Amino acid sequence: MTPAIEVVDLHKSYGSFEAVRGVSFAVEPGEIFGLLGPNGAGKTTTVEILEGYRDRSAGEVRVLGRDPQQRDRHLQERVGIVLQSCGFYRRVTVREAVTHFAKVYPSPRDPEETIALVGLLEKANAQTKDLSGGQRRRLDLALALIGDPDLVFLDEPTTGFDPAARRTAWGVVRRLKELGKTVLLTTHYLDEAQELADRVAIVKDGRIVAEGPPDSLGPGSSRYRVSYISQGRRVEHQTDDPTELLHRLTSDAVARGERLEGLEVTRPTLEEVYLELTREADAA
Amino acid sequence: MNPAALAWQQFRFERKLFWRNPSAAFFNFLLPLLLLVLTASAFSADSEELEVLIPGIAGMGVLATTFTSLAFNITILRDEGVLKRWRGTPMPAGSYLAGLLASAALNAFLQVLIVVTIGNVLYGVDWPQDPLLLVLFTALGVVCFAALGIAFSHAIPNEDAAPAYTNAVFLPVIFISGVFYSSDDLPEALKAIAEALPLKHLIDGLSEAIVGGGGDAGTAALVVGGWTLAGLVLAVRFFRWE
Ligand SMILES: Nc1ncnc2c1ncn2[C@@H]1O[C@H](COP(=O)(O)OP(=O)(O)OP(=O)(O)O)[C@@H](O)[C@H]1O
Ligand SMILES: [Mg+2]
Repeated sequence: MTPAIEVVDLHKSYGSFEAVRGVSFAVEPGEIFGLLGPNGAGKTTTVEILEGYRDRSAGEVRVLGRDPQQRDRHLQERVGIVLQSCGFYRRVTVREAVTHFAKVYPSPRDPEETIALVGLLEKANAQTKDLSGGQRRRLDLALALIGDPDLVFLDEPTTGFDPAARRTAWGVVRRLKELGKTVLLTTHYLDEAQELADRVAIVKDGRIVAEGPPDSLGPGSSRYRVSYISQGRRVEHQTDDPTELLHRLTSDAVARGERLEGLEVTRPTLEEVYLELTREADAA
Repeated sequence: MNPAALAWQQFRFERKLFWRNPSAAFFNFLLPLLLLVLTASAFSADSEELEVLIPGIAGMGVLATTFTSLAFNITILRDEGVLKRWRGTPMPAGSYLAGLLASAALNAFLQVLIVVTIGNVLYGVDWPQDPLLLVLFTALGVVCFAALGIAFSHAIPNEDAAPAYTNAVFLPVIFISGVFYSSDDLPEALKAIAEALPLKHLIDGLSEAIVGGGGDAGTAALVVGGWTLAGLVLAVRFFRWE
């Protein structure tokens, strides 16, 4: 199967500043792919190149088999976009906006159902200037989904959402996956990436520093941390093979007649991996 | 939907939005009419003045509903990201712009119609001598000032600067172009500037169509036509959606 998105050695410069410095990744159809990374890492730049907003400086890009730089209408019809930040007509109601945008797509979703999907039904008659920030963001999501896209770009879609709204949005994204849609998501919420993404890539200074399923992501391979309290102090070991280490530690302890107080075996969370990777690059 | 149907839908959407923004509707639509009534009341005894004023206000109405309103609106749409949002959809750029421009054109034609009607009903100015020429000059004025309005929006840095930029053009131009009094009465230097700009010539053409006699419609059409071409080239060449 051809990938929904294919990026090979992508570069993008703004003047003399190179914001993207050789990024490559592929997203399979039906996959949810997350782009993570600190502010200014080049996530939005990469996404906007895929959306057809920006021309690349070098590299190859395919979106649903086409070059987004050609800006052909058939590609736009199959893609839904939530931009990182984007205003809207102030004096238009949610229902009018969604209904109007539905007209430009060949086979749109039902506007009412889409408004309900993002949880804006009780605000359907409110003008956008009277919506809260999070409600406006939900309208962004409704407008991205109204064309019933095969591929959805979500650039920090849940920024400004309250925790309940975030759960609702996660539900929407999972529903998209069930329908076989492909999603490219950027986020600063690592729990969001962990919840939603099949695979993530961590971007730093315009380069991908790690890529893989969120649970298995680590520097090299996943390192387990084993710790316990001995003589009042917490002792910590790191290992790739926790079974062997635990066996050794526990047999030694039994032989000494000691109880390993507070014994813990943990895998590094995505957040720890993220912080370590982005810090590493800082120091270098 | 085909591109023409989408243009029609966008036109209807723009009409809905237009009346929802009362302050814009006032400045673009009611202000010229208010100025007409105020000035005409002051001059109402003098039919010669009225024959300057009616085409003058009609020309100013075309300027306000196309140049000013488009320069202003496109700056806001660009600054707030609405243009960017449209660009991420399959909406054809041509359909979108056609809807936007048709809405401005409707306002311009309504202005001219209302001004001419007020002139006749309230102040006894004759109905236009040459209605077809009036339609043609209004249409030329619409295309010219719409193109110049879009072109000018490219020079406006952001939304907050839009009122200052548009008024810096609108106010001086209406005062030297013979809206309220014949530009023949102006000092030579100002007259030369007015001669080079399109509004005075649009008003000459409208005057020829409404009042008739004396005006040089050919020169008027040439100068407005020249500005139209320049406006179209600049509008397209420097278009920014962000
Ligand atoms: N139009 C532009 N002109 C010049 N520089 C730009 C432009 N857009 C982005 N940049 C720069 O490119 C770099 C990458 O920006 P980008 O918006 O892609 O980052 P990001 O990863 O999306 O960050 P964030 O998490 O803050 O959204 C930044 O240093 C930014 O200042
Ligand atoms: Mg960003």
